[in-house]
Parts: sequence; C-alpha cells; structure tokens
Amino acid sequence: MLRAKIFVQLKAGVLDPQGKAVMNSLITMGYKDVVQTTISKYIQVDFDNSDVEEVKKMTKEMCDNLLANPNTESYRFEIEEI
Amino acid sequence: MRVSVITFPGSNCDYDARDAFAERGHDARLIWHKDRDLENPDLVIIPGGFSYGDYLRCGALARFSPIVSEVLAYAQKGGLVLGICNGFQILTEAGLLPGALLINKNLNFICQHQYLKVETSDSPFTKGLIPGTILDIPIAHKEGNFYVDPDGLKRLQDEDRILFRYCDETGRGGAETNPNGAVDNIAGIINAGRNVLGMMPHPERAASDSVCSQDGKHIFSAIERFFNSSR
Repeated sequence: MLRAKIFVQLKAGVLDPQGKAVMNSLITMGYKDVVQTTISKYIQVDFDNSDVEEVKKMTKEMCDNLLANPNTESYRFEIEEI
Repeated sequence: MRVSVITFPGSNCDYDARDAFAERGHDARLIWHKDRDLENPDLVIIPGGFSYGDYLRCGALARFSPIVSEVLAYAQKGGLVLGICNGFQILTEAGLLPGALLINKNLNFICQHQYLKVETSDSPFTKGLIPGTILDIPIAHKEGNFYVDPDGLKRLQDEDRILFRYCDETGRGGAETNPNGAVDNIAGIINAGRNVLGMMPHPERAASDSVCSQDGKHIFSAIERFFNSSR
C-alpha cells in the first residue's frame, strides 16, 4: 500500500483573506514576529498499489484534474509506504 | 424559448430560475444532473446553490456530473449558457470561463441588494441594454471574489468580455463599491465565443412583482431580444 500526502496552497499573489485573518489573531495573541500566515489544504489518498512511479503519475493527474485549481493553486506531494 | 435548468444535488435556485422564465411564457424545465439529455434547449441555466456541498472547492465536483459533458458540447456548438452564482463557479471549474471564485475578502457570506453596471450591449445577455445602465440585483455568496491573473484580466478587458461590474447607485466603481474583493469589480464575464455568461448576482431573484427589485427582467428581456432576432 502506498499513501500520497498532497499539499494544495494558494499561489503567491492570490489574495488569502483567511490567512490574513488568522495572522492578525496570532499577532493579537502576542506573537509579534509573525509576518505571514497561509491556509492550505492537506489531502491524503491511499492506494492499493506498490508501484511508486505509477502512484506518482496517478497522483499528479489527480492534482492537475481535480484536487488543485491551476488558476489559483499550486501543489506538492510525497509518496510513502503504509 | 425552451429553457433547461440543471439541478445538481445542493442546487437551491433551480426552481426560481425555472419559474422566472415560465412566468414570462417560456417552456422552462428542470434537468437532473445525472440525465444525459438537455432536451433541445435555446438556453441552459446552471443555477445557484451549493452543488455537492461546495466540497473541495465550489463547483469543482459538479463538473463530473453526466449532464455537464452535454452542457460543454452544447456550449461548444454556440448554445447559450447562463451560470448564476454557483453556476458561475461551476463554469470556471469546467473551463468554460477563465479565472476562479475565491472566498470573499471580508470572509463573510454576503446577502444584500447590489448595484451593477452594464458594461456592454455586445452579448446575447445584454442585447439592447444601454452601457452604463445601473441594475439592482441581489448577491448571496461567500465565494464570489472573482480572480483572474493579470494577463487574463487584460484579455477580458481588451475583448469587451466584462458584462457587469459592481458599483453604487450612481455607477461609481472602485474598492469602496466592491462587495467581495473581485478584481476590477467584476460581477459577470462572458467567454470568447460570447455565448456563455457567468455572473455572481441573481437576476432570477429580481424578476417577480412580489419582490422589491425587478431589474433581473432587463437581462431576461435582453436574452429574449437576442432569441427573437436570431430566429
């Protein structure tokens, strides 16, 4: 079994009002060193397949076609054995 | 006109859209998203709501419904498609319109009357309307903050594809009259073929004598003018 751990985040330059609101709260809590906060998505997909290359290829297709919106989001992923 | 309104699981403006056209004497019907037959429409409406619970991203999952491939084929042949609110989100996710709808700048769900300025009459959806006309049409969304990259925005501007911009009652645009943070105050855009419109405001909620604004009727009249002139 293999697991894809996929991180999807807004591209630089795309407004992230959630990240900004959370950052303001962190600063209000006293964490004055915080300069940026971004809210991202973590998606986990498990495969009944042990071929790492094949799973990488499928995961990339999933990200390109559904899991990330190429207009506004970028993604990266790691594959691990489970 | 024959009007087909698509119902997805989670659509909630499908009846309003159907009734708005039925009250004007058109043959308007609902089409379930699992069907594969659009029933030979003159206009397809993708209505507002929360298709698939807005899971993953608004509109992202709806495009895998069987009827959407029929809508894509219909649009590619020049058929008229009107996406309202969640329908606009679905059209961007399906690649019929550029850009994306992001969470509102103030993070709130905004439900209010909103003034819009008609920017061009060069479309089936604004035919005969005078550019600069101000319409009062409600908005109701949390993800209506239209985003497109600078190159995409320039293309929309250069090709006269911005149909509606947010403004105040005098037509003044800019940040102060922008409810959700949309780039260039954009409330509605059309595709390059000028047959697919996506808009966040709800004209079907401003089309009955029982509500305080009937300005949505201007858009429906424009569609009728286009239909009658193209027959």
